[in-house]
Amino acid sequence: MTGVLHHPGYADEKLQRVEQLIPCRELQAGMLVSLMGQPQHYSYPSIFIYGHRASGKSHVLHILMKELELPHAAVSCVECVSAALLYERVLTSFFGRSAASFLPRSPSLSEFVRLYRHQRSQSPAEQTRYIVMEKAELLRDADANLLPALLRLQELVDDNITVILLSEIVWEKFRPNTGCFEPLLLHFPDYSKGELQQILSTDSHPSYSAELYSSYINILLGVFYSVCRDLRELRHLAALNFNKFCEPLTEGKVKETETHKLWRNIEPHLKKAMQTVYIREVSSLQWEQMQQTEDEGGALRGLSAHTHVELPYYSKFLLIAAYLASYNPARTDKRFFVKHHGKIRKTNFLKKNEKTSNHLLGPKPFALDRLLAIFYSVVDSRVAPTASIFSQISSLVTLQLLTQISHTDQLDAPKYKCSISLDFISAVSRTVNFDIVKYLYDFL
Amino acid sequence: MSTSSVSKGCFVFKPSSKKRKTRSLEHYFTRDCEGRESSERRFKLCEDLWNKIKAETEVLQEELNKKILDSLLDFAKKCSTTRQHCDWASKMRANEIPTAALVLGVNVPDHDMTFQSLFDLLKHSVTPHVVSVQAKECGVLKHLLKRVLEGLMDVAVDDDDEEEMEQNPRSVHCSLSTLSDWYTAKTKKSSSATPGKKRNVQDEDEHHHHHQTPPVVIIFKDLEGFNPRVLQDFISICSRYIDRLPLMFIFGIATSPSTVQHMLPHSVSSLLCIELFQSLSCTQHLATVIDKLILTAQFPFKLNGKVMQVLISIFLYHDFSVRNFIKGLQLALLEHFHSQPLSILCCKKKEALLNVTLLSGRDLETVRQLPSFIRFVEKQEAGEQVKLMTDDDHLKEACQKLIKDLRKYHKSYYPVLRCLHTLTSLLPRYPLGKQIRELHLICLEKNVWENEDYQSAMKLLKMLAKDELITSLRKCSEILSSAKSKKMKKAFTELDELLAKFKHLDAVPETVQEEPESVTSPIRNLQQQKKTDLFQLQKTLLEMNESRRSKKKSPFELLRNEVVEFIDGLVTCHLPPPESQTLYEVCYYSSSATVRRHLNATPRTSIQTALSSPCFYLQNESLKNEDGTVSNSAPDICIAYKLHLECGRLINLYDWLEAYATVVSAAEGQDPDCDTFGKVDDVKHARFIRSVSELEFLGFIKSTRQKTDHVARLTWGGC
Repeated sequence: MTGVLHHPGYADEKLQRVEQLIPCRELQAGMLVSLMGQPQHYSYPSIFIYGHRASGKSHVLHILMKELELPHAAVSCVECVSAALLYERVLTSFFGRSAASFLPRSPSLSEFVRLYRHQRSQSPAEQTRYIVMEKAELLRDADANLLPALLRLQELVDDNITVILLSEIVWEKFRPNTGCFEPLLLHFPDYSKGELQQILSTDSHPSYSAELYSSYINILLGVFYSVCRDLRELRHLAALNFNKFCEPLTEGKVKETETHKLWRNIEPHLKKAMQTVYIREVSSLQWEQMQQTEDEGGALRGLSAHTHVELPYYSKFLLIAAYLASYNPARTDKRFFVKHHGKIRKTNFLKKNEKTSNHLLGPKPFALDRLLAIFYSVVDSRVAPTASIFSQISSLVTLQLLTQISHTDQLDAPKYKCSISLDFISAVSRTVNFDIVKYLYDFL
Repeated sequence: MSTSSVSKGCFVFKPSSKKRKTRSLEHYFTRDCEGRESSERRFKLCEDLWNKIKAETEVLQEELNKKILDSLLDFAKKCSTTRQHCDWASKMRANEIPTAALVLGVNVPDHDMTFQSLFDLLKHSVTPHVVSVQAKECGVLKHLLKRVLEGLMDVAVDDDDEEEMEQNPRSVHCSLSTLSDWYTAKTKKSSSATPGKKRNVQDEDEHHHHHQTPPVVIIFKDLEGFNPRVLQDFISICSRYIDRLPLMFIFGIATSPSTVQHMLPHSVSSLLCIELFQSLSCTQHLATVIDKLILTAQFPFKLNGKVMQVLISIFLYHDFSVRNFIKGLQLALLEHFHSQPLSILCCKKKEALLNVTLLSGRDLETVRQLPSFIRFVEKQEAGEQVKLMTDDDHLKEACQKLIKDLRKYHKSYYPVLRCLHTLTSLLPRYPLGKQIRELHLICLEKNVWENEDYQSAMKLLKMLAKDELITSLRKCSEILSSAKSKKMKKAFTELDELLAKFKHLDAVPETVQEEPESVTSPIRNLQQQKKTDLFQLQKTLLEMNESRRSKKKSPFELLRNEVVEFIDGLVTCHLPPPESQTLYEVCYYSSSATVRRHLNATPRTSIQTALSSPCFYLQNESLKNEDGTVSNSAPDICIAYKLHLECGRLINLYDWLEAYATVVSAAEGQDPDCDTFGKVDDVKHARFIRSVSELEFLGFIKSTRQKTDHVARLTWGGC
């Protein structure tokens, strides 16, 4: 029997092996192979492949390149912090390390092209060479000429070379406004539920039957498919919970065929996993320990449960003052902090735009002197303006509880924003017996 | 300095390589301290004492960090071993990077020491490949990568490898694949190391045996400071190499672990396997430090109540930094030995007694003038008084005795303080403070038994339930048993007898025992509802008192009263404030103002002081004016400052200049009736402009566009 993949340029057994390794992606692979054409033929200069996370883009290309033994350079754009690194990778994988050493210190694109042409003249391509670039969306942040140049690299270096870009973003978001060569677009759709089932079932546990694992995957997908379709995550979750699934089997309570009982056993467990380990509230290691020790009602607290921050006394008040300064309009300070302010009605006192909740609009910037003025009026004792008060402000900035919005070079009248939530500040003010709600304009 | 150049111009003279002779610490100490003669010995004493304190704190820190570091090490070891397992489950999820989130509290500078010891420990027992990075060095991904590579490869590279490094030190190679190649080469080489080489073979073999592939640990010292973007990219790069490069992260977190979730999106945090490690809170840390350094008779140097208060309030109100607290202690120590000539007696008993004999005439005169000594003399008989004031040898003998007394006082003070704290810390609402340092502060200030809170605490103690009372008394007896002085030994035996009596009570036939049960039960109820407010509590207590008076007291109650009386007796005997002790000035440092000035500086206040009363810093008598005004011969900036205080929010520069010229003319002694008096000439104008720009630089005024030729005033008050 022959598979979907067929091409005169490549041996059938190789293609069959490829097909086995990329379940549910035969169609896309077939398309790619036909685009690539016979090894010695010129291929299309650039191909753009997009699809969601974990839809098999890199995997398919990796398998194709490896199994068909094509000359290629695989580059991840995250890793290439500078274009130089990219050039070096490409040259190294095509012409060896010595070629890359000719690159000057911070090479420009034209230097790369020149060097490539020089090398090519010594060892011309017998087969199409491929550059596979993962996370291509990062190329948009690189030099403006890099992406257009890569798209028509074939022309520039005059060699049989094809650039394949992989991205999670559609091509429309890439197109530079100066225009460029249009690559061929190829979409990798998400895996369907059935396909996920098929793929996940392949990595079955050696000591259990494949059918059992497959039914386990079925249960798993029943719980998680509605929230997560990421193959990698699902595989991770499957691995984490399989032991628990097998527990009744190893204890001899249930036979492999009694799937309903197994389902009853594992289902609440998986639900719990969805709330904890899936969102990384607890790590997988802790999750496994919890399974072993048979938890007593969630003794382990997740990461987000630890929100309490211990702060020095005046830091707490500085934070309160910053919060008030960020969320109260400056005009209302008089009403809150001056003793005999007279009565100011909320309705006629307001400007139109202030009627919307300040909490919906987010924190507003404030100047240092306003912060200190509010601080001195909320703190209950007389505080000398010591150096440590000021250093506390900057340490609050380093702790990211405040953010400095003016540039750090600007020494004159720095401006800050308070970047903490109402819950956090109420917890802080409760510890110092300060009723913050009374001082917030939104809650008058 | 000269040049051989014939042309005019500016020449740079680099400072000659010979540095100025750095003077020793001792030189600075003895240069202008009180009582020159003994300064060298005092410096020696001070240094010794500080070294002892320092060693003690280091041991303490190590102990405190031990638990968390041990668990971290276990985590690291576990991670590196599970990676080598080849079973199904670990293969399935091998792509997670093990990460330890280490929560250390908000004072970031304090973490350095913890990280240093963590670094050393990891290096010593887990892996040679450890690197720690700081946010400020890693603004962009490239720098972070560079730091990591440099840290790892430099440290572990052997001599022959360094040549390789020199061949291609270009930043082009700054990528993780270089590291991964290096790592594989490294592990291969170390596994093929043959006994002939100069490596420590045995060590290597052992190493090799346990971890074939030691993990590569990267410590992020301050996670909050990192740019989230950089961190995300770095983590996603690392996860690509995790199969070749056994990485492990340690995140130092100052605020709360949820920061990790704020900084990293799910797609990135799903690459990590985060385990949480919470360190001791800094208040607990401080409590241990105070317990070991302050509340002990081991060190002769003491702080008085005010200094203690300053140090503690700096900690609680400002920085939460234990390191700063210890620095403050060091400052106080240094100041004490520097400023108090009698501090020569502040050392171990033997040495102190010896030093008494070496006291000079001037020192003895200082002793005679000590307030505590004067009080002591007044209490003596007339003949003795004269002798003490005139006979030097007699005084020396008396001093020796007094020093011994002081030591005895300290030896019993701390155990009794601890006992009192054990008892009062059980009481509802902590009348004498929750922490022992609060009780210590109360005791340092005045007679604790005269304190109202103390009396109410004693009343509450007289109502304590039996089991609670006995357990805390047991603790007290433990404390007393470890004390060495005779008085404490005596107190210990007495307490033991009392405890034995309690035991005896249990053995008494049941008919008698019933009664105390019925009495204690309402108290038990009371204990349960600890949260009730004080008023209610007092009410119930009063009621109970009333009802009790009518009843006959049970044997348990009698015994309990006896115990409380005993404790009260101990307190009145051993916990008087140090000020009541003669010669306490020798050991106690009391200048809280100095400590405050040094540790909690007030820059604005000092600038204002300098401007409003220049004589304070210039120490020039002629500048002093009685009514607090600035004399007209003060520096220009002071005059300008003084004049600007009289203005409103906006200052007219021309008026200001006129006023300035008038004041300065008067200072020059010009005749007020003269025509040129108060006229602005070029020099005055220039001087004025300079002082105005200086004021602007100091932040008192700024230019404004609201009105032409006006500047805005920025500060208020301070006249």
